Amino acid sequence: MAILYPAAILIMLISGLPAWLAGNGLAVRRAEALSALLLAGGSLLGLTAVLGSLASQTSPQTAWVWSLLPGARLALRLDGLAAVFLLPIFLISGLGAIYGLGYLPQAKMGAVSGRVRLLYGISSASIATLPGCQNAILFLLAWELMALASFLLVLTEQEKEESRRAAFVYLAYTHTATLVLYAFFVLLARQTGSFDFPSAASLNAASPAARALFLLALFGFGVKAGIMPLHSWLPEAHAAAPSHVSALMSGVMIKMGIYGLVRVSSFFFNIPPWWGAILLTLGVLSAVMGVAFAIAQHDIKRLLAYHSVENIGIILIGLGLSLLGRSFGRPALTALGLAGALLHVINHGLFKSLLFLGAGAVIKATGTRRLDACACGGLLKLMPVTGLCFLGGAVAICGLPPANGFVSEWLIYLGLLRSVSGQSGFSPLGLAVLAAPFLSLTGALAVACFVKVCGVVFLGEARSKREPSIAEAPLSMRTPMLILLAACLLIGVLPGMVLPLLARALGQLGALPSGSDTLNALAPAGGITLSALLLAGTGGMILWLRRQLSARAAASGTWGCGYLNPSPRMQYSAASFAELLTGLFSWGLRTEIKGEPPFGFFPAPARFADHTPEVVLDLILYPLCRGASRLAFRARTVLQHGVLGVYLLYVALTLGLLLALAL
Amino acid sequence: MGNLANLLLLLVILLNFFILGSSRLGACIQTAALQGALLACVPLLMNPISGHTLFLAGSALALKGVVMPWLLFRAIRQVRIRREIDPMIGYVPTLILGTVATAGAFIFSDHLPLVAAHRGSLVIPCGLATLGAGFLMMITRRKALTQALGYLIFENGIFIFGLLLTEAMPLMVEAGVLLDLLVAVFVMGIVVNQINREFSSLNVENLSLLRE
Repeated sequence: MAILYPAAILIMLISGLPAWLAGNGLAVRRAEALSALLLAGGSLLGLTAVLGSLASQTSPQTAWVWSLLPGARLALRLDGLAAVFLLPIFLISGLGAIYGLGYLPQAKMGAVSGRVRLLYGISSASIATLPGCQNAILFLLAWELMALASFLLVLTEQEKEESRRAAFVYLAYTHTATLVLYAFFVLLARQTGSFDFPSAASLNAASPAARALFLLALFGFGVKAGIMPLHSWLPEAHAAAPSHVSALMSGVMIKMGIYGLVRVSSFFFNIPPWWGAILLTLGVLSAVMGVAFAIAQHDIKRLLAYHSVENIGIILIGLGLSLLGRSFGRPALTALGLAGALLHVINHGLFKSLLFLGAGAVIKATGTRRLDACACGGLLKLMPVTGLCFLGGAVAICGLPPANGFVSEWLIYLGLLRSVSGQSGFSPLGLAVLAAPFLSLTGALAVACFVKVCGVVFLGEARSKREPSIAEAPLSMRTPMLILLAACLLIGVLPGMVLPLLARALGQLGALPSGSDTLNALAPAGGITLSALLLAGTGGMILWLRRQLSARAAASGTWGCGYLNPSPRMQYSAASFAELLTGLFSWGLRTEIKGEPPFGFFPAPARFADHTPEVVLDLILYPLCRGASRLAFRARTVLQHGVLGVYLLYVALTLGLLLALAL
Repeated sequence: MGNLANLLLLLVILLNFFILGSSRLGACIQTAALQGALLACVPLLMNPISGHTLFLAGSALALKGVVMPWLLFRAIRQVRIRREIDPMIGYVPTLILGTVATAGAFIFSDHLPLVAAHRGSLVIPCGLATLGAGFLMMITRRKALTQALGYLIFENGIFIFGLLLTEAMPLMVEAGVLLDLLVAVFVMGIVVNQINREFSSLNVENLSLLRE
C-alpha cells in the first residue's frame, strides 16, 4: 500500500498534459475532462492513502536510491503530521480541478486554460510531495517546483500590468525565502551529518546553531506562510491568480510554511521559551493586523488574501502556545495548542478555498473583483447556491458555531486559558493568556468584515442596471463548493471525527500528554456536537417562526427618513461600512482618502475615494529598493567610465587583495 | 648553472625598471625584446637540455626576441610616433611604484609556502615583480602601443612562473601560450592603426567614447 501515495503524486503531476497538448485544438472538451478526471482521480488515490494509513495506524514509507544528486534520496513517508496536511491538499486540489471546468472552460478560453491545467497539476503534485519528504534535497526540489509553478499560475493573465507586478513581487519573495531555506538545510545537514531529516526531538535547541536554524526557518517558512511583516506578496498574488488557483495557494500552499515550522520545531528538544514567545507575538500581530487590512480592502480577492494572513496568525498562536508548553513542561498546553493549530490548518484550507471558489463564481458572473462595482448587490436572489456557500464559508472563517472554524479556535482558546490555571504565583507563561483577547478581537473584526462582504455583494440591491446574463454558477462550479461546505459543517458539528487524526499526529510528535489526560479529555468534543445541534435547532426554529410571521407582514420599501427619491446608490458601500473600523486602525493601515464631504445647504457634487496601500511593500520595501537601485546606478557611473587603465587597476588591486588574503 | 640563471633574472628586473622609466618607444621595444631573449635562455640554464627545452627556448627567442619587436617597430613606423608624451602618472612616480612592487614581490614570496627546491630561488620574486611592472605599464600609459608593451612584459612575468613548471607542463600548452601572445600583439597592432586612423592619435582614452 506504500505505493499509493507516490502514485497519486505522479498522476497529479502529469494530469495537465492532455489539456495542455490539446491547446486550441478540436478535442479540447474531452482533453480537458480527461485532465480534470486524472487530477481528481489522483487526489482520490491520495485520500485513500491517507485514510488507509489512518485506519491501519501505520506510516507507509517509500525510499528509492537516487544517484542523480549527492545526498539526495527519494524518500517519502506518510506519517501522522503529513496526513494532517495531506488531507486538505488532496481534497482541495481535486475539487479545484473540477471547478476549473466551469471557471476556465477550455472551449472558450483556449490555450490559456490548458496551460493553467498543466501548471495546476504540477503545483498540486509538488505541494502534495512536501509533507511526505524525508530528505532535504527532495524537499527543496519540490519546494522550488511549487514556487515556480505557482509563479506561472499568477502570471495567467499576463497581459495585465497588475498580474505581472504581482508575479514578480511573488517571485522575489519566494526566491528570497528559498535562499534562506538553502542556508537552513545546509546548516541542518552540518548538524546531523546527512541531508535526511532528523527524527523527532533529536537535536538540542540550546546550542547557538539551533538558534540560527530557528531564525532561518522562521524567515524562510514565514515568507511562504505569509506571517505579518513578510506577507506582502500574498494579497497581490492571490488577487491576480484564477480563483481555483487562489483557493489552492491560500488554502494549501501557504500552509506548507506552517508545515515547515511544525516539522522543524519537532526536531528539537529543550526548546527555549523565546521561540514560542516569538511565534505567539507574530501570530497576534498577523491575526489582528491581517483582519484590519482585510476590512479596508475593496477587492474581494485581496480581502480574502488578508484573511489568510489573519488565519495564519491564529495558527501561529496555537503553534507558539505549543512551543511554550514544551519549554515550561506543560504537556496539556502543547497538546491543545498544536491540536488547535493543526485543526485550523485543515479548517482554513476548507473554508478559505470555499470562499475563494464562491468569490470566483461571483467574479465570473459579474466580471469584476471590486466590491463597490455596480453589478454587485442583491446577488443572493440570482445566485442562491453560491450565496449560501459563501455565507457558510463566512460563518466558518469568523469562528462561529456550528462551522469548523469555531472548533479549532476553541481548542486554541482552551490552551490559552489553561496557561494561567494550575499554578501559584507569577510565571512568564501566564502572559500567554494575553493573546486570548486579541484572538477574540480578531474574531469580532472578521465578523464585521464578512458582514461587509456578504452585505455588499449578496444583499441589498444592484447599484445600477446590470447585465441580464448574470446567473447561477454551472454545476461543475457548484458541486465543489457544496462539498466543501458540507465538510466545513461536518467538522463543525462532529469534531470528534477528526480528533483521532490529530491525536495520531500529536502522538508521533511526542506532544500528547501521557496517562488519562488524552486529547478527548482535554477538549470534550461531544459538547461541541451537542451545542452545535442545539444552535442549529434553535436557528432553524427561529427561521421557521419568522417565515410563518413574515407571511402576514406586507413587503414595502425601506423608510428613507422622509426623503422621497431614494435610489439603489444610497446603500452602504464597502468603504462606508468599514469606515469606522478602518478609522480605528488608521495608525497601521495608512489609508489614503481623496475627496471632501459635501458642505452647506445646497452642496455641490462631491467625490470620495479611499485606497489602502500594502504598507510593508509600498511604504517600506519599494522606497528601500528604489534607493538601493539609485545608489547602485551612481556607483556604476563612478566605477564604470571606460578608461582602460583604471579597469586594469581594479584587476591589479583585486589580485593584490586576494594575494594578501591568502597569506 | 643556477648562478647564471639568477644573474639573468636579476637583469630582467633591471630591464623592468628601464622600461618603466623610459619615454622613448623605440628604446622600450628594444628593451622588451632584450628581456624576452634573456628569458628564452633561462630554461636552458635551469633544466637539462632536451628537445622540449630546446624547442621552448627557440620558439620563445624567435617570438619574443624577433617577431614581436619587429611587429611593434613596424607599427610605430606606420603611425610615426616616438615618445609617450604624457602618461597618466609621471615617470618618476611610476619608477617608485615599480620599486615598491618589486620589494613587495620579494617580501611576499618569502611568505609563500613553497616546495623546498624553490625556496630562496629568484624565480618567484622575479616573476611577481615582472607581472607588477607589466601591470603598472598598462595602467599608467595612455598610448595603445605602450599598453601592448605592458602586456608583453606581463606575459614575460607569466613565462618566468612557467619556468618552474617546464618539466610538468605539456609542450602543447606552452606552444599555445606563445601563439596566444603573438595573436594578442597582432590584434594590438591592428587596434593601434585603427585608433590612429579614427581619432588621429593613439590615446586609448578615445576608446571610452565608444561606451554606452
